[in-house]
Amino acid sequence: MRLMGGASVTTRRSSSGGPIVPRPDHPVRWGRPMAHQDGLYDALVARGISRRDFLRFSAAMTAALSLPGSYTARVAAAVAAAPRVPVIWLEGQDCAGNTEAFLRASHPTVAELVLDTLSVNYHETIMAPSGKAAEQSMADTIATYPNGYVLIVEGGIPIAEGGIYCTVGGRTFESIVRDAADKALAIISVGTCAFDGGLPAANGGPTGAVGVNTVAPRAKVINLPGCPLNVQNLTATLVHFLTFDEWPAVDTYDRPLFAYGQLIHDQCERRAHFEQGEYVVAWGDEGHRKGWCLYKMGCKGPETFANCPTVRFNDRTSWPVKVGHGCVGCTMPSFWDEMSPFYRRLPTPPPFATEVTADQVGIGLVAAVTGLAAAHGAISYARHRRQVAAGTAQTAETVPAGTATMAESTETATSPSPDDVVDEKGTDQ
Amino acid sequence: MTRIAIDPITRIEGHLRIEVEVENGVVKDAWSSGTMFRGLELILKDRDPRDAWVFAQRACGVCTTVHALASVRAVENALQLRIPTNARLIRNLIAGIQFVQDHVIHFYHLHALDWVDVVSALSADPAATAQLAGSLSDWPTNSTGNFKTVQAKLKTFVDSGQLGPFANGYWGHPAYKLPPEANLMAVAHYLEALDWQRDVIKIQAMLGGKNPHPQSYVVGGMAMGVDPNSPTALTTRRLSEVTELTQEAQAFVEGVYLPDVLAIAGLYKDWAGVGAGIGNYLAYGDFPEDDSGQPEAFYLPRGRIMNRDLTKVEAVDHIGVGESVSHSWYTYGGDDGALKHPWDGVTEPTYTGPRPPFDTLEGSDKYSWLKAPRYEDQPMEVGPLARMLVAYASGHKDVKAGVDGILSALGVGPEALFSTLGRVAARALETKLLIARMSTWQADLEHNLDTGDLAIADISRWDPASWPADAKGWGMEEAPRGALAHWVVIKDQKIANYQLVVPSTWNGSPRDARGRRGAWEEALIGTPVADPERPVEVLRTIHSFDPCMACAVHVHDPAAGSGVEIQVV
Repeated sequence: MRLMGGASVTTRRSSSGGPIVPRPDHPVRWGRPMAHQDGLYDALVARGISRRDFLRFSAAMTAALSLPGSYTARVAAAVAAAPRVPVIWLEGQDCAGNTEAFLRASHPTVAELVLDTLSVNYHETIMAPSGKAAEQSMADTIATYPNGYVLIVEGGIPIAEGGIYCTVGGRTFESIVRDAADKALAIISVGTCAFDGGLPAANGGPTGAVGVNTVAPRAKVINLPGCPLNVQNLTATLVHFLTFDEWPAVDTYDRPLFAYGQLIHDQCERRAHFEQGEYVVAWGDEGHRKGWCLYKMGCKGPETFANCPTVRFNDRTSWPVKVGHGCVGCTMPSFWDEMSPFYRRLPTPPPFATEVTADQVGIGLVAAVTGLAAAHGAISYARHRRQVAAGTAQTAETVPAGTATMAESTETATSPSPDDVVDEKGTDQ
Repeated sequence: MTRIAIDPITRIEGHLRIEVEVENGVVKDAWSSGTMFRGLELILKDRDPRDAWVFAQRACGVCTTVHALASVRAVENALQLRIPTNARLIRNLIAGIQFVQDHVIHFYHLHALDWVDVVSALSADPAATAQLAGSLSDWPTNSTGNFKTVQAKLKTFVDSGQLGPFANGYWGHPAYKLPPEANLMAVAHYLEALDWQRDVIKIQAMLGGKNPHPQSYVVGGMAMGVDPNSPTALTTRRLSEVTELTQEAQAFVEGVYLPDVLAIAGLYKDWAGVGAGIGNYLAYGDFPEDDSGQPEAFYLPRGRIMNRDLTKVEAVDHIGVGESVSHSWYTYGGDDGALKHPWDGVTEPTYTGPRPPFDTLEGSDKYSWLKAPRYEDQPMEVGPLARMLVAYASGHKDVKAGVDGILSALGVGPEALFSTLGRVAARALETKLLIARMSTWQADLEHNLDTGDLAIADISRWDPASWPADAKGWGMEEAPRGALAHWVVIKDQKIANYQLVVPSTWNGSPRDARGRRGAWEEALIGTPVADPERPVEVLRTIHSFDPCMACAVHVHDPAAGSGVEIQVV
């Protein structure tokens, strides 16, 4: 089975082996030097948000992050205490789709405010100044908050031919990312292009596009792929950072497990139809109108790790499979080549659940993810206590043994496959 | 003369560099340079034409969805498919709300800061602001209390010292003319529009699964079940949710956006005399209102206006489009000045600009990643102004009434349309017309479903084995930023050639083989620049086109004679 993203899990290591938690004695944390005034909670209250709404938001974030419910208070406390986090948002070979997703941040009112409460000092799509004055905003941020700002990168980074395929202010985008990454406290790649080069890196692309990991220290980077990303996952990742001073647990592609730890197929509202052998075989057919499984129309949900079915998009309004089009696998590495043609059914059919074994894929992953979530909560809590007690950070953990085994076991699954189901119309191309 | 380079041009999509030469406080010459290249056309080669829309949609995430539509239309044209009524109307609704949301975001979040001095809003009197706003519209938040709250928020923000995206703006520049109260009103509506845009675009999530980049198109129609009797399909009940959002969108457009545009335009009337540009306007037309596919049935008509002559509307055919690369970083193998029709288009990147880091593109004969499109060898402007002019000259009833109403409200003549301000007004009028028209398309859709027609896609050519060995197609469309078309050549079930000629390529075009400027370059000529260090006036004219690329503007003010002083601003 290819692209088993959720299998082997390691929390973030820095290049020196330690996590990227800022040193407790570090003079700069968020915002202005030594600043803890202007707490978010105060800001929210000033904007008419009730404590009840705020706690509801914190509970939702706790749930999104797969943390135990007892963490709600801690999330609330951490978020409320944070001053505005300086952010530099760079756009390279992008379409601004992730910027637009960011503008749709929609967890009713409050998540929007969390994002308002960032200090977005450089973002070409929204900032007032242009040209040299804009560049000044970036220089000021780096100079004022060394190792204290979050760098968000959108778009691929073209490195062929000395980087001439994307320049800003006469400088290559590659050199701009390197400079901004150097003094960043943490780096988030938003969208698939900043994750692994994405669209410009697809076959035929001449620009040598790569993701942020290639030009910035991997230890600082967390990836939120998707085309575009789901902004709810960006919010939750930032909240986690505020709460624990570090990124949430990630998979081998540095994607947070809370968002990318489960297959779409296992969370899909059409899953029951898959099990029943009820498939859409032509656009607009009876099955299409009745919401049957899109596997035969090329849906990539069985091999794609993302939380689209549960989080959905645009204030939880919908997601592509709900409307009636298959998943294209946009959170996965090299998806433009690996997942296309988009309407060809997956070469390896996912197995059915059976009465005896249930669905191996589903069981294996659900068990793995449940274990991980629990392990993550415990590990995070233990780490926090150690940090509080000793003021030191601890090194990375690996997930309990057995996760990989469970994932591997799916390779040998021999359940009947949906391709054994005869197409009544015979048009399942 | 001083040559000024502005890079990055912000508050646009993409990477744009503008260089201008300024003499005696006025722009004498200009160069528009796209500074980012991805190679989408090369990536599409040899792929399944049915997949093309998913790739092509990623040309832009701001005017998302438009490239998906142009792409499926191009392939449908090549395969001679006619989409069902339901699919046509759903596509109109997705595109319609895209225009409305995009135009409003453009005005408040991308363009307003060129006209509105945010810092000045701090000294406004909230009661006088409420009086001003109340004189324009009865919008419920136009109250003293609300303006007081907004002003207090703004003050907290400014006092914090963390100005975020507003840091280093051109505040206090003499070109800002609005009284503090108008500035405060605009800031309040800037914030309100942020919430509004997030809500109304849910229409695309309902009909496309998500926004940006909705995912419900297929070649031949739409990938969604429509069935009033199935809860998992598009039902009348779900359409009633669309209705609610359409009404919310319309209320804001009529209660806030239009009054704001008219009020602000009224205080900047001198900008009706700036930014005229090349005077040729191209519109492909869009929003089909029957299933014939004929442009006569489009809500917004197809046509061309040449040399600002509103007495004649010229015909448009895709065959008239051609692109040359004399001043672009591509090669046509020795014949860079040739106008190649997109079916024969070539994308061979060949960078010959200065090695980065660089301060100027001066001296580079080729200076942009944009090709130079021309219609029958003529440079053209595209966008809301082009559409409104073509419709106006075609005798379009709604447009005629709207244009005449705006001209009379501002007390200016039709010549004022050909300007920076004209583009702002045309965009607002178009928004008003389209949000009103969406109800008609939705009513048509509901009526069609009531007749029992549940067809959503023509699947007769879904199997590539049913295709001819060779096929060619084109898909024309109006995107929010202007005339958009894709061309596809299919050979043996694969894409043999794919070309996009997008609105900002028309408008942001570099010079052509005959040295004629593109629309932005031409429109900048004569733009005043009071302070070359803070060229907010250049931004006004550039932003009036709503550029969609990732580039920058260079302001260039060469000193008389050979010694040119380069200022990078």
